Amino acid sequence: MTSTAPPVTTHTPRPQPKKRPGDLLFSGTALGAGVIILLVLAAVTFFLIIESIPAFTADPDNTQFLNGTPFLQYVWPLVFGTVWASIIALIIAAPLSIGIALFISHYAPRRIASLLGYIVDLLAAIPSVVYGLWGALVFSRMLQPFYVWLNEHFGWIPFFAGVVSPTGRTILTASLVLAVMVLPIMTAICREVFLQTPKLHEEAALALGATRWEMIRMAVFPFGRGGMVSAAMLALGRALGETMAVTMVLSATGAVTFQVLTSNNPTPIPANIALNFGEAYGTGINVLIATGLILFIVTFAVNAVARWIVNRRAEFSGAN
Amino acid sequence: MKLNRIARLGAVAAVAALSLTACAANEPSGNGAGDPTEPGAPVLTGTLNATGASSQGAAQQAWSAAFQNAHSGVTINYQPTGSGTGRENFLAGSSSFIGSDRAFNDGELATGGFGACATDDIVEIPVYISPVAVVFNLEGVDTLNLTPETVADIFNEQIDKWNDPVIAADNPDVELPDLAITPVFRGDASGTTGTFTAYLAAVAGDAWPHEDGDEWPVAVTRSESAQQTSGVEAAVTGGNGTIGYIDASRAGSLGSVAVKVGDEFVSFSADAAAQLVGASPLAEGRGAGDLVFEVDPAAAPAGAYPIALVSYLIGCEKYEDAATAEVVREYFSYIASAEGQNAAADAAGSAPISEDVRTKVNAAIALIGAAD
Repeated sequence: MTSTAPPVTTHTPRPQPKKRPGDLLFSGTALGAGVIILLVLAAVTFFLIIESIPAFTADPDNTQFLNGTPFLQYVWPLVFGTVWASIIALIIAAPLSIGIALFISHYAPRRIASLLGYIVDLLAAIPSVVYGLWGALVFSRMLQPFYVWLNEHFGWIPFFAGVVSPTGRTILTASLVLAVMVLPIMTAICREVFLQTPKLHEEAALALGATRWEMIRMAVFPFGRGGMVSAAMLALGRALGETMAVTMVLSATGAVTFQVLTSNNPTPIPANIALNFGEAYGTGINVLIATGLILFIVTFAVNAVARWIVNRRAEFSGAN
Repeated sequence: MKLNRIARLGAVAAVAALSLTACAANEPSGNGAGDPTEPGAPVLTGTLNATGASSQGAAQQAWSAAFQNAHSGVTINYQPTGSGTGRENFLAGSSSFIGSDRAFNDGELATGGFGACATDDIVEIPVYISPVAVVFNLEGVDTLNLTPETVADIFNEQIDKWNDPVIAADNPDVELPDLAITPVFRGDASGTTGTFTAYLAAVAGDAWPHEDGDEWPVAVTRSESAQQTSGVEAAVTGGNGTIGYIDASRAGSLGSVAVKVGDEFVSFSADAAAQLVGASPLAEGRGAGDLVFEVDPAAAPAGAYPIALVSYLIGCEKYEDAATAEVVREYFSYIASAEGQNAAADAAGSAPISEDVRTKVNAAIALIGAAD
């Protein structure tokens, strides 16, 4: 057989999808919004870095607030205070908000669920100054007898040792107020995430004889893990940066201690800035902004670690 | 649905009412022609933006309200941002005058560069004198007599209990409980702390080994910190056995300390504090308009209360704008007058300045004018 030459085909262009003006507008707007967010973040980072440089290069002896100590030595007790207050707040708030979210999505009857969800969202509408006033004037005085009792009976635990504050304005009170403030964010996100679990998986688990709680463990949590971590990161971000409530509630003396019932408490970075900015001048302002930069870096690092943890287990999530 | 419409109308009315309340100002609704000032007086117009010490906040509110009532074309905005921010603003030029708990020091005067002024000469006048009271919360006890050394020891955390023999020695008639003392101090840098530590550094001798300054100098282990005068007041009220130092106008129903001056114990009062300032010498080597009193608590005459905050109004000698200069001069004159000082005493509990201080202050105010 003679081999025939392969037919010469003219190269036809691949058909393009038809682009209407509406599509272009929408994709352009979405792109623009994303770019603007990145620009804003870049601008804030730029400002923080530029304004912090004088604090690192200045002579500590002539700088307000530093009083001769190098900058890192000045800032590390503040970082400890910030992280410590936020950790306690998250430890208290996380189980509580996951519990509330689960109750709303899986346990409660419809009407109660929507009412409870509405009330929890209302908590987010209260200004932080009001939380600060409530914490300083009412909540701390309410908790003070409880702290005395804790110190008497459980003082052998290092956290509850020390001389109890007579006013109750301790880091434990501040963390409790913080926990109440981050509760609405975490609950709202977790609730939405739990509601997105595929009904098929839930019903399959139930059909195989799992109890409600076992079904939640098998079907809801694996799906919701990424969402729960996001919720916790948003809550942590709010707790790390919360200023007015912590400043008003906490008796901040800059100590580095794990005792939570005493008057001598670590100072978180936002509270330190709020307390000192009114009388700051010259390089002192740069020092305060530099502490803000350190807080920014800490938040960034914590978020990155959390994301990495989630991504590591991505292939084991319930999605496949 | 009918309910829907009514609800919508009600919501619109509520929003309108709420937003219209924002239009209220502390200016009278009178017309400019019916000016209640004497005929022939200059008609003042303009807006002054000022910032500065929060200690003067209540007084500035009373002063600006009264001044704006008398001169309807003028608006004065005083923002209590803190003395440090106020001085920064004066240097930058964003405030035409400021209130400050301490005057500019010699170094700052030499550097100059006051953005609000045409020249480097400034006018600093002491117009707000506020006693700092030492208050405590002890059930059944209204007043205690304490020597300066005892006060220093308490705040330096050397004395632990209320029934310590040193306190009981000066107060034989008072039943002191076996309760721990918790000192309360200002966590934010403030002129009140500066005044209190200056007093202790001057009279307590070895009992107070710290420098005076706006930040609390003690390395604390069992003291509480609070933010602003209201925070200290709340902290002292909220705890049992607490002791703190606050502006006397906010001492209210808390127990107060009578400090020893010479041989007698003096409680705080407006007159006693004004006596302290009147007896102090003026700082040397400053301009004619720069009146800074060097208040020395150790040299307090008998009957004077030695712990007093002297807060200053700082303005320019020469302004670029003639209208601004005129309004500033008239406002300062009003503040220094007997009428203004009494208004501040009613609103903020400050001590009115004495007559000879007023004469010196008026001489300084007369220097304010426009740059030619």
